[in-house]
Amino acid sequence: MTVKIVIGLDGTETGDRAIAFAKDQATRLDACELLCAYVIEWSPFTFQTPEENATRHKRREEEIATATDRVVDPAVNALKEAGFNASGIVRHGDVAETLNKIAVDSGAVQIVVARASGHGFTNRVFGSSTQNLVMHADVPVTVVK
Amino acid sequence: MRTIKTLGLAGMAALLANPALAQDAPGLDEKINQAFADFTGPFVSFIFAPFPGTGFPWIVGWLVVAATVFTLYFAFVQLRFFSHAISLVKGDYSDPNDAGEVSHFQALATALSGTVGLGNIAGVAVAVGIGGPGATFWMIVAGLLGMASKFTECTLGVKYRNEYEDGTVSGGPMYYMSKGFNELGLPGGKILAVLFSIFCILGALGGGNMFQANQAHQQIAGIVGDYPGWITGLVFAGIVFAVIVGGLKSIARVTEKVVPFMGVMYVAAALVIIIMHADQIGWAFGQIFAGAFTGLGVAGGMVGALIQGFRRAAFSNEAGVGSAAIAHSAVRTKEPITEGFVSLLEPFIDTVVICTMTALVIIITQQLIVDPETGNYMLNEAGNAIATVDGNSGVSLTSAAFGSAFSWFPYLLAIAVVLFAFSTMISWSYYGLKAWTYLFGEGHTKELVFKVIFCIFVVIGAAANLGPVIDFSDAAIFAMAVVNVFALYFLMKKVREELESYSARLKSGEIRKFEH
Repeated sequence: MTVKIVIGLDGTETGDRAIAFAKDQATRLDACELLCAYVIEWSPFTFQTPEENATRHKRREEEIATATDRVVDPAVNALKEAGFNASGIVRHGDVAETLNKIAVDSGAVQIVVARASGHGFTNRVFGSSTQNLVMHADVPVTVVK
Repeated sequence: MRTIKTLGLAGMAALLANPALAQDAPGLDEKINQAFADFTGPFVSFIFAPFPGTGFPWIVGWLVVAATVFTLYFAFVQLRFFSHAISLVKGDYSDPNDAGEVSHFQALATALSGTVGLGNIAGVAVAVGIGGPGATFWMIVAGLLGMASKFTECTLGVKYRNEYEDGTVSGGPMYYMSKGFNELGLPGGKILAVLFSIFCILGALGGGNMFQANQAHQQIAGIVGDYPGWITGLVFAGIVFAVIVGGLKSIARVTEKVVPFMGVMYVAAALVIIIMHADQIGWAFGQIFAGAFTGLGVAGGMVGALIQGFRRAAFSNEAGVGSAAIAHSAVRTKEPITEGFVSLLEPFIDTVVICTMTALVIIITQQLIVDPETGNYMLNEAGNAIATVDGNSGVSLTSAAFGSAFSWFPYLLAIAVVLFAFSTMISWSYYGLKAWTYLFGEGHTKELVFKVIFCIFVVIGAAANLGPVIDFSDAAIFAMAVVNVFALYFLMKKVREELESYSARLKSGEIRKFEH
């Protein structure tokens, strides 16, 4: 049976650390699929101008294309070249909630993310996406330093 | 057309080149105002003409009758689907795969930022100041009925919008008039759409721009002292230009965040004041109900209260005007009627909640003077409005009412008015632009021309006392309603088809909540 591991990417070198750990995990398993996920931070409860609303669908498509081209596809291709079974996905939403939903919907057994070094005020008050994921995820989460 | 444009732009350029001309040359101002008033007077008089023997403007009757017809035609849709509308706004029925698209909440918030503003603050004070507490009752009734008008126009706005290959959308009454009438095999849809677009452009430049700039300048001048309006105008125009031409989204984003915050602060402050006077809440509602049916001594009695309540509600929530249909048409949904449900919350929030809060604070802080002997309200010396503490009226009456509880509130209110004015301008710049592109076609240069004209009118609006222009602009906004409501009567059966289909599928469980 193929097990699936979701790797949370953020477009920086922290994502590379998560990929490295997931690759190590995958090599220890007989059959493992690595799902590279990139979540574009977005909330349905933000405020926008009418013009932003009118062009939102176009922007969304552009955001997905950019994330796919620059972050997800290179990671998936590199994994495939290294002999791993890999695929990618780009979604909009709250990072922690969406990563968890991707994992649950795809039947993944684990989510791997790397710790980002965010020390901003918002992170201190509301917690980082990694903290929120660890607190609320429905599947085991590995946080790579 | 080109000659008119050239002359107009030359005139504006002259004003801009010598802004003091607009401010300091009353002789010229008066001449311009008089000439404009003479030219537009008949149109303004026609739109705001009262029914014979009353002070009730027929345009308000037109809107209230339409709202009543839609309420009955859709069997009180605003009550039956109120909780469903809230579920839609919460995103319960939004497909998670559509994340990143315009949500129902965002469409509602954007439309609200175009309507919540001076009408809720100054307009209500005018209504209560003239019509007494009873005006509040009729304002709420008109707000509740107006929900059905919004529902009708916003459903059609989404149903008949244009979706372009590049993923952008354009919608609004001009599209449902032309496409909807065509679908029904009716003639004249295109003519109505062109008429609506012309009025929409005029309304956007006037009520949605000059009036806002003018009032924002009045508020700022009230705090820092009098100074030339063109300075405010230039600053505002610069910011508006940066947002709508320069695409400087950061300013718009800040405003779009601050404005709802101001709205919440306003309602919260009103609630605190009402709670501080908790022992008088019963008395205040007693005054509202008694005043609604007896007038409690106000000019015009019960009818006077009714006129003021209906009038301010119609002017505040714009139900039936058609502007909201433009704002709501950008939402991502497979079911146009869902946006209709969401939009019916708009008059509720604008009129039933925010306007009522303003009215309650004015009543409960006892800004209106009561004759202790008769229990009726005392009229001012002119006999046309209720006498108030310190003789306040309009926005100063609201300011005094809130200031009686929090001395610092008038400053916050002034900031709120300026921000509301700015967000209303941004919204109306878009409504006007959509009407403009409907008439002249989409295209960068064509859009730029309108945006530059819009910015020029910001300066003119803040600089000069253009009463007749503002009257004309308000009349243009309500002329939009004449054309829009007329079209809605023909197209409402398309909305009922959507409603029946959606209701059946909702009942059968075909449409159900998504797990998030």
